[in-house]
Amino acid sequence: MPANRTGLRLTVQNVSHRYGGLQVLQTISLTAEPGEVTVLVGPSGCGKSTLLGIMGGMLAPTEGSVTCAGDTPDNCLNPLTYVFQDFSLLPWRSVAGNVALVLEDRLSRADTATRVADVLALTGLTDFAKAWPRQLSGGMRQRVGIARALAVRPACLLLDEPLSALDAQTRDLLLDEFSAIITAAGTTTIYVTHNLAEAVRLGHQIVVLSRRPGEIRDIIRVDRPLPGRSPTDPDLIALEQRLWRMIRDDAATAERERIDVTP
Amino acid sequence: MSRLNGPIPFRGGGFAPKDSAPAATATLIGIILLWQAGASAGVIPTLFLPPPIAIARALWALTISGELWNHLSASLMRLTVGWITGTVFGIGMGLAIGLWSALRSPGMAVVSALFPIPKIALVPLFIIWFGIGEGSKLATLSFGVFFPTVIATAGGVDNVPRGLIRMGQSFGLSHWSIIRKIVLPAALPAILSGFRVTTSIAIVLLVAAEMIGAERGIGAFVLSAGNLYDTDNLLAGIVVLSVLGLLVSWVIGRLERFFLGWRA
Ligand SMILES: Nc1ncnc2c1ncn2[C@@H]1O[C@H](COP(=O)(O)OP(=O)(O)O)[C@@H](O)[C@H]1O
Ligand SMILES: [Mg+2]
Repeated sequence: MPANRTGLRLTVQNVSHRYGGLQVLQTISLTAEPGEVTVLVGPSGCGKSTLLGIMGGMLAPTEGSVTCAGDTPDNCLNPLTYVFQDFSLLPWRSVAGNVALVLEDRLSRADTATRVADVLALTGLTDFAKAWPRQLSGGMRQRVGIARALAVRPACLLLDEPLSALDAQTRDLLLDEFSAIITAAGTTTIYVTHNLAEAVRLGHQIVVLSRRPGEIRDIIRVDRPLPGRSPTDPDLIALEQRLWRMIRDDAATAERERIDVTP
Repeated sequence: MSRLNGPIPFRGGGFAPKDSAPAATATLIGIILLWQAGASAGVIPTLFLPPPIAIARALWALTISGELWNHLSASLMRLTVGWITGTVFGIGMGLAIGLWSALRSPGMAVVSALFPIPKIALVPLFIIWFGIGEGSKLATLSFGVFFPTVIATAGGVDNVPRGLIRMGQSFGLSHWSIIRKIVLPAALPAILSGFRVTTSIAIVLLVAAEMIGAERGIGAFVLSAGNLYDTDNLLAGIVVLSVLGLLVSWVIGRLERFFLGWRA
């Protein structure tokens, strides 16, 4: 993996979004700095996935714009690359086949094989290259999701609650692993979560959204190096509690008024 | 209020039928033996229903004389060409309906209007259009295979998880790549189970078409045996059709195991 510190800068300018009559995002502006991890937190239904979709070009905002500037890594095949909460693996392809999905269209057979082997080694999946996704645990499946994303050498990683479908223990294990991998890859990273412990363990900056329609409550910088943040670091625990006080009332309200049409 | 006292009764049994190949084979063999026994004992009038041994003898004679192959080869050719034509166009149309708004409603309207027509009723029309020879027979078969294939394929495409398509788009896959690597494999189980339906439809239509103006073919053979009250040969033809059906369904089973191994 190229340790590429010169990733993309993503700038969100006055983005608002409506689904029909439902206002989901309200004039959001933020900047994701090159090579940094920007965490988006907020109560469920506040528009985090919507904002991530807009930032990666999967959804056109009702108003406002997103721009990017910066260099992509050498041989980058897909500058803005997602990792999904539900993994979105193709069940009819082996682990290696899933990772090769994009590569095989654009690279020679030999280059594809080398890249696949590299990212499988990086994510500890080498022994599972031939396994079907259904044979893997949730944690292993998300490792495949990460491997597939890294294999295209992205300039910006967009992760939508990548650990939320996993049990608490697996989540903890993967959190450390992912923060090491992401930091080593040096890409700009946007990480969506509703889990505040994840936010303080991963973020260079934490963007706190209010309940729907999501507005920016606060943007907090975390001056602790990545990776290697300790879950028992008192400052981080204090920050987590501060974040919780910030969104607690919103979370409670959102929970009560939640309209369940989550896609 | 009532008191419970004693071991917990087990109630989680049943609702788990198991397959058994020996039981399937034994049943078929058992029926044939019973049939033969009934005929030998004079319970079954052999004039109307010849015994298995007589049918086997007739089959043997047909095989030796080359007559069986003469008819079977004509039928297999029609079946193969007709089925493949209907399937290729059907999958194409099904994909188009499943993928493009411009074709969806128009295509579905046409399919819904033509699908319910019993295709046998169209044989006379096809004879007028394509002549009494191979053309009308192949057209009947392809037409009959086409519609169920369209419906199976379009249904399969509709059920492709949208999240997987979004994933493909987010990775910058081309349109064609998304169809080839995501849509088609995801729709394949539906398409393959469509094959089960269309192959049996094809055999039905094959026999029907061969009963009109054909000299060769299992359908023609069965019809002429019937006209001559030659029940041995008539039943021999029917046995060939049954075996053909079993064979086709076995092939589809192998295809499913090969292509859908990932499903467990
Ligand atoms: N495609 C859609 N159509 C209509 N409403 C949607 C759609 N996607 C999301 N929503 C609604 O928009 C709100 C924000 O959704 P989302 O961005 O998924 O929130 P989050 O990821 O923060 O939980 C929710 O109320 C959700 O029900
Ligand atoms: Mg979400």
